[in-house]
Amino acid sequence: MSSEFFTNFVYIISSVLFAFGLKFLGSPVSARRGNMLSSLGMLLAVLATLCGGHIINFQWILIGIIIGSSLGALVAVRTEMTKMPQMIALLHGCGALASVFVDWVAYQVHGATDLTNAITLYLSIVIGGLTVTGSAIAWGKLSEKITGKPILFSGQKWLNSAIVIAIVILGIMFIVNPARYDLFLIILVLSLFFGVFMVIPIGGADMPVVISVLNSYSGVVACTTGFVIHNTLLIVVGALVGANGIILSIIMCKAMNRSITNVLFGAFGNVVKKTGIDEKKEAKAINVEDAFLILENAKSVVIIPGYGLAVAQAQHAVRELSEFLEKNGCDVKYAIHPVAGRMPGHMNVLLAEANISYDQLMEMDAINPLMEGVDVAIIIGANDVVNPASRHDKSSPIYGMPIINADKAKTVFVLKRSMATGFAGIENELFYYDNCRMIFGDAKQTVQALVAEFKSSQ
Amino acid sequence: MELIYLLFILVLSVFLGFALISRVPPLLHTPLMSEANAICGIIVIGALIAAGKDANSPLTIILGTSAVALAAFNVVGGYLVTERMLKMFKKKDTK
Repeated sequence: MSSEFFTNFVYIISSVLFAFGLKFLGSPVSARRGNMLSSLGMLLAVLATLCGGHIINFQWILIGIIIGSSLGALVAVRTEMTKMPQMIALLHGCGALASVFVDWVAYQVHGATDLTNAITLYLSIVIGGLTVTGSAIAWGKLSEKITGKPILFSGQKWLNSAIVIAIVILGIMFIVNPARYDLFLIILVLSLFFGVFMVIPIGGADMPVVISVLNSYSGVVACTTGFVIHNTLLIVVGALVGANGIILSIIMCKAMNRSITNVLFGAFGNVVKKTGIDEKKEAKAINVEDAFLILENAKSVVIIPGYGLAVAQAQHAVRELSEFLEKNGCDVKYAIHPVAGRMPGHMNVLLAEANISYDQLMEMDAINPLMEGVDVAIIIGANDVVNPASRHDKSSPIYGMPIINADKAKTVFVLKRSMATGFAGIENELFYYDNCRMIFGDAKQTVQALVAEFKSSQ
Repeated sequence: MELIYLLFILVLSVFLGFALISRVPPLLHTPLMSEANAICGIIVIGALIAAGKDANSPLTIILGTSAVALAAFNVVGGYLVTERMLKMFKKKDTK
């Protein structure tokens, strides 16, 4: 009994350390200390479990830890910052799969001991199963191994409904008679299928929401597994992670002015028709030399990055450009929309990687009131998040979505490959505004050309 | 009877989570998510118990060992990648 007490006591310390880890993430100054405390909490929890007396057989544990840790370290060190979204998706999937395996062992060894156990076991394998395959599909979409476009086929809704109904009915049968190993396996397999069908109809630009929702699920699974094996620390941590995913999902959805159900089941994006922009209007292009002359005289510049910045890997070139601008006496800020990129905070990490000071990175609500005093807004690889139609065009699918008011700046440069539409498939009326100039071409090359102009002018 | 205590812990932890995480600025949302991945690797303690059982069935051994490996991947990968990202967030002296 005393070793049980000791283990649980250490679990309390670990929970406190995890909580402090999250608290210190409230500021970039203390964040690293928080990460350190959190990992210390993890180490203590592992050691306490190993000494807890439940473990008889150490050889397999050692093998598992060596393989897992070395792969984890390798991937963590190697992954480029632009590939961070798929790395996170991979981690969601691994965590959920580990939970499912733990549930499975618990069921294999003890069976379902009582009603609560059967119910939590059921919930755990359903949510765990769909998180595993859902994350795998999200990983595939983010790393472009699967198309980023929504995958739709006829009868999709019927198939999904049928799977859900089957999972519910089989679940009731399993809870009533938890000795049915066959039902356990069928439910697990169906949940795995459901995870696939859940994520394939969701388009690439909605991935920030998908990742956040999967994050939440991976926490919920840890939590239900905690109920299955009666482990308090799993419940605490699962609840923390679950809350994290929920908060991020809400923030992402608000930033798109859509509900979670609309994102997850709407398959919007491929059906939207062009809105009523006058076809005869023409966007005005500008070449790099003229753009340089305008930038040279600018006193304040706001750079608005989007996913295109990540694709073009232009973050380092952008930092060079902003250094020249600053040397020229210009004030440079970055305006970051909450859903810019493929995951929450994606742009911030990229710009921080390029050594841009984080006090220059402004949130949407902070920068919008200042936009009218800005000389030049440079939009790099962003589209829907700066479309002014969301403010006034009630027929637009993005009507009501909060945007960065780039159009309020005196001059707007748009760095873009072509006139192609953004994810929502809508024309951006900003491109036809009188104060807007298009600079066509690869974003990185364009920025580098601007940097070269600054260099030669010195 | 134990169930009610576990639910008690669950509810309070959810509130704690909401209170802590709503204070994290959008600037750090990506590291927040990888940190969440790392602590979600706490499933490793369940995996340790599963893999450390007096093993007599190969299925238990395979599932338990894989669970340990996957969870260790999460813990180590999550913390290291968070550290890598947080190291990059610097404030320059403007002068």
